[in-house]
Amino acid sequence: MAAETIRLDVARYRPEEDAEPVLQSYEVPLRPDWAVLDGLAHIKDHLDGTLSFRWSCRMGICGSCGMDVDGEPRLTCGTFLAEYGAGPVRIEPLKGFPVIRDLVVDIDGFLAKLSSVRPWLVREGEEPPLTAEYAQTPAQLDAYKQYSMCINCMLCYSACPVYVLDPDFLGPAAIALAQRYNLDSRDMDDRFDVLNLEEAVWGCTFVGDCTRVCPKHVDPAEAIQRYKVTAALRSVLPWSGR
Amino acid sequence: MTTARPPGHEEARPYVRPRDRWWFARRRSLAVFVLRELTSVLVAWTVAYLLLLLGAVADGTTERFAALAARPWMVALNVLALAATAFHAVTFLNLAPKATVVRLDGWRVPAWMIQGGNHTAWLAVSALLAYLVLRSS
Repeated sequence: MAAETIRLDVARYRPEEDAEPVLQSYEVPLRPDWAVLDGLAHIKDHLDGTLSFRWSCRMGICGSCGMDVDGEPRLTCGTFLAEYGAGPVRIEPLKGFPVIRDLVVDIDGFLAKLSSVRPWLVREGEEPPLTAEYAQTPAQLDAYKQYSMCINCMLCYSACPVYVLDPDFLGPAAIALAQRYNLDSRDMDDRFDVLNLEEAVWGCTFVGDCTRVCPKHVDPAEAIQRYKVTAALRSVLPWSGR
Repeated sequence: MTTARPPGHEEARPYVRPRDRWWFARRRSLAVFVLRELTSVLVAWTVAYLLLLLGAVADGTTERFAALAARPWMVALNVLALAATAFHAVTFLNLAPKATVVRLDGWRVPAWMIQGGNHTAWLAVSALLAYLVLRSS
């Protein structure tokens, strides 16, 4: 009996020959324990070695393999082929990002946004010696831990209509990252200058899809709305800090 | 001197997708979001209508205002506005826990409690207003 297969319609963009992406179909084995990423690896290894895509850990940690699967931004290592019945499954690069080749998108803009929010502990005044510890209580850790779980997979950007329409929007992950430090008891910054902008928190129209697609339950929508309250209070009450 | 790049190593020419005019029709959550935003127009109308009512009370022209309000198209418009305003208010209050994280001695108050508190307060204020308005009439 022939092994069961499923058709993958994969977006191909070869800048040297394609003016725009085109879909190319491949038949891959349909196995209950195969994720979409396994199907792509099968294509790369056995059917078409020219297919380009990013991946690394295959266990939902590295955030490299985010793609648009049947119209939804997903981590392909955690999305199983069996979810799509008899198929076909359409696999495209993440929406909202320039496509470099096939399923590989340009993430330079995203990385610049992450670094623009000063994603480190900002201290003022005299530094304690290097051997000193920055002790925290469990409650202080709990205040920001949720936002520290982000794996920079960019699914939230791809799901965000504001970002897709306006690439200058700072975006969900960068704002959640800023909040991860703002809410850290060891940090002394509030990143008001980079967050209290139309292209930052005030550009968010609170669709909420960033939270819906987040594979790590970071809830970027919550981070953004919380900072809106912080920024509004700080604007009205000059002594109101974080 | 320029050197030709070998095949597969040509200068990167990233493809940028054209803007999708129908982005809100591609996903149900986006369609619901746009619908909610559109209800803001009818919320604005409700505010304008109440201001007109207050103006009529202040000017002593309530009879003329009542005649306008009784017209079928105005009744239909206000029924639609009431439904849109209720939808907007309910969804707004349901979203409140995203902006207000409440911790009591380290315990984070769950979203349903904040939502429940909002709706209870809304009902209480509405009941108080209804009592004051109906009592005076």
